[in-house]
Amino acid sequence: MLHIENLHVSIGDKPILAGIDLDVKAGEVHAIMGPNGSGKSTLAQVLAGREGYVVTAGCVRYLDRDLLALAPEERARAGVFLAFQYPLEIPGVANVQLLRTALNSVRRSRNETELDAMDFLDTVKGKLELLGMDDSFLYRAVNEGFSGGEKKRNEILQMAVLEPRLAILDETDSGLDIDALKTVAHGVNALKHPGRAVILVTHYQRLLNYIVPDRVHVLAGGRIVRSGDASLALELEERGYGWLMPESSPQTEARP
Amino acid sequence: MNHAEVRRAETRNPEVAQRVTDEYRWGFVTDIEQETVPKGLNEDVIRLISAKKNEPEFMLEWRLTAYRHWLTLREPAWSTVHHPPIDYQAIHYYAAPKTRTQPKNLSEVDPELLRTYEKLGIPLQEREALAGVAVDAVFDSVSVATTFKDKLESLGIIFCPFSEAVQKHSGLVREYLGSVVPYTDNYFATLNSAVFTDGSFVYVPKGVRCPMELSTYFRINAKNSGQFERTLIIADEGASVSYLEGCTAPMRDENQLHAAVVELVALKDARIKYSTVQNWYPGDREGRGGIYNFVTKRGDCRGDRAHISWTQVETGSAITWKYPSCILRGDDSVGEFYSVALTNHRQQADTGTKMIHIGKNSRSTIVSKGISAGFGSNAYRGLVKVLPGAANARNHTQCDSLLMSDHCAAHTFPYIEVKNPTATVEHEATTSKIGDDQLFYLRSRGLSEEDAVNLIVNGFCKEVFKELPMEFAVEAQKLLAVSLEGAIG
Ligand SMILES: Nc1ncnc2c1ncn2[C@@H]1O[C@H](COP(=O)(O)OP(=O)(O)OP(=O)(O)O)[C@@H](O)[C@H]1O
Ligand SMILES: [Mg+2]
Repeated sequence: MLHIENLHVSIGDKPILAGIDLDVKAGEVHAIMGPNGSGKSTLAQVLAGREGYVVTAGCVRYLDRDLLALAPEERARAGVFLAFQYPLEIPGVANVQLLRTALNSVRRSRNETELDAMDFLDTVKGKLELLGMDDSFLYRAVNEGFSGGEKKRNEILQMAVLEPRLAILDETDSGLDIDALKTVAHGVNALKHPGRAVILVTHYQRLLNYIVPDRVHVLAGGRIVRSGDASLALELEERGYGWLMPESSPQTEARP
Repeated sequence: MNHAEVRRAETRNPEVAQRVTDEYRWGFVTDIEQETVPKGLNEDVIRLISAKKNEPEFMLEWRLTAYRHWLTLREPAWSTVHHPPIDYQAIHYYAAPKTRTQPKNLSEVDPELLRTYEKLGIPLQEREALAGVAVDAVFDSVSVATTFKDKLESLGIIFCPFSEAVQKHSGLVREYLGSVVPYTDNYFATLNSAVFTDGSFVYVPKGVRCPMELSTYFRINAKNSGQFERTLIIADEGASVSYLEGCTAPMRDENQLHAAVVELVALKDARIKYSTVQNWYPGDREGRGGIYNFVTKRGDCRGDRAHISWTQVETGSAITWKYPSCILRGDDSVGEFYSVALTNHRQQADTGTKMIHIGKNSRSTIVSKGISAGFGSNAYRGLVKVLPGAANARNHTQCDSLLMSDHCAAHTFPYIEVKNPTATVEHEATTSKIGDDQLFYLRSRGLSEEDAVNLIVNGFCKEVFKELPMEFAVEAQKLLAVSLEGAIG
């Protein structure tokens, strides 16, 4: 489903990713772990199409398309979803309005009929129930005045409504209480499907107790320095990252 | 001059707001034979206008007094707007469709004019108009049609062209004209007092709640003309009325002057809600052409518990200079000002309000949302004045600016004068730039960049849009979307 090859990314003049290789097949769950500042969010944002992140080498194929050639909205319409590490606030715009506009944009691009307000409300209420979330969420302005945990849950609600084929969750588990963590895990597990894949960026093993990954990767210094199965996460929990660190990060390497 | 005004009561056609690609779609010219007075301004021109309208002596006297006063004034220079000098002698002060013999009903109105309004999305045929909005159509200097007159008359509500009110209701006109905006008020209001040609007149009698929206649609058509309309709305004790004005003009390379005056009088327990969707031709990308919109609007809460609310969505005009204000004379009276002003390309806006607290416990609310894009310049200018007698007066001002480009400008000029120690005056202001990260967030949910911009801008304007009558709120949103096309990237 997703094939990343030798991906190099710079922000401004600063190289951040220094040759990422990653293969994610339909039906799989991958976890990406790694120290702060190692480039996990950079990778997630590049996959979603964030401007200003310059791909200096490498390629990314998604469902046999050149992902990097697509605008962010085209990626979303093709089924890529990124749950942001830091979700943005959109003052004055009700959650329900964003959800409906988003879902209908995606449906339109697939030549599906747009949902009217009533049909949409039925759909979204089902999702709220699934996630054990309150209706009042719908009518609050997008993330405005939301607590950290509420913002994360709101990302999961968006994901549940859009039903992406490739969901990338960037630390959606950080800052969540135990119940919210279960909600998030539940949302992800409900999405699991042989035709879909999930990439979880996380610092903690505890999420992986609820969502068991097929593969775990360690990103450090802009590279994947180790991959393994679910047991790698447990090992990291015990030993930290020190034993895996590359000798030099790309920032200190001489540039070609 | 050239103005088309439609006074109407209720809904407008959504077609007005239909999307076009970066084009001002109301920019067409109606090919109709015009009657104009020669260019220039002098006492003879004023006498001519007055004679054409068959006005009583007091009106002519008022005009001439205003004109003589105007000659002693200079154009104000205190605002942020810049424009080349206006040649007041190069303007036609009267233009009207020639066929006109004051049509008695719609079948007598020139079909070309009816087609114009249809094209603008304002059907004047009552059977086609949506129930609940009466419309007065003003085309250049004259009113061409008013709908739902009979229905309103049965309630004692007067809704008619100003020129007709001068004939038929001269007592009311004499009593209230200039009582809120005196002819000495300011340069443009004084000019208007001398040369105004038409506009709308509304009187709602004691205790009557007007059952439909009243609306005037102003259309400038003629070339080299100015438009100087005058609107007077009186809500008698306990009465209430909601009024909306809309306006468009053809695309022309030269600038045209629009200097209107609106006076509102709310007596004891009366309520007036005045909404504007201003969409005069803004000029082209380089700032060629467009309307100079110099307008004086003021409401007087003349009795206790009177309530006046201004809502404006200003997207058009090359220059907008207007400060819809409230004089809160009555005890417990309420004044409100909700404004969205958008400037794109080379547009300039200097707009805001004045809230003058005189009565005890008088309250005012100001919500101003300025959006600047392209090379646009947008200033909020507001005065909150609490006089010594206004015990416990309260004001809250919220003034937000949204910047869409690196070349646009936003300014805020709040003036606060408080002479009563029990008063509470609060002012909050924010300036933000539309964020790349916000846009990316929305696009990553599948929204096009345009939809993302519109969503953010609508969210920004929400507090104002919710004050508009439903239909118009939808129209205003679409209008904003059209005005912002190409504003990003
Ligand atoms: N806009 C930017 N300008 C300059 N440097 C940036 C920018 N964004 C990120 N970086 C740098 O890129 C590196 C990788 O950041 P990234 O956010 O991808 O890390 P991360 O692995 O997600 O860390 P965390 O675990 O703390 O979320 C960091 O050194 C960061 O400072
Ligand atoms: Mg991160």
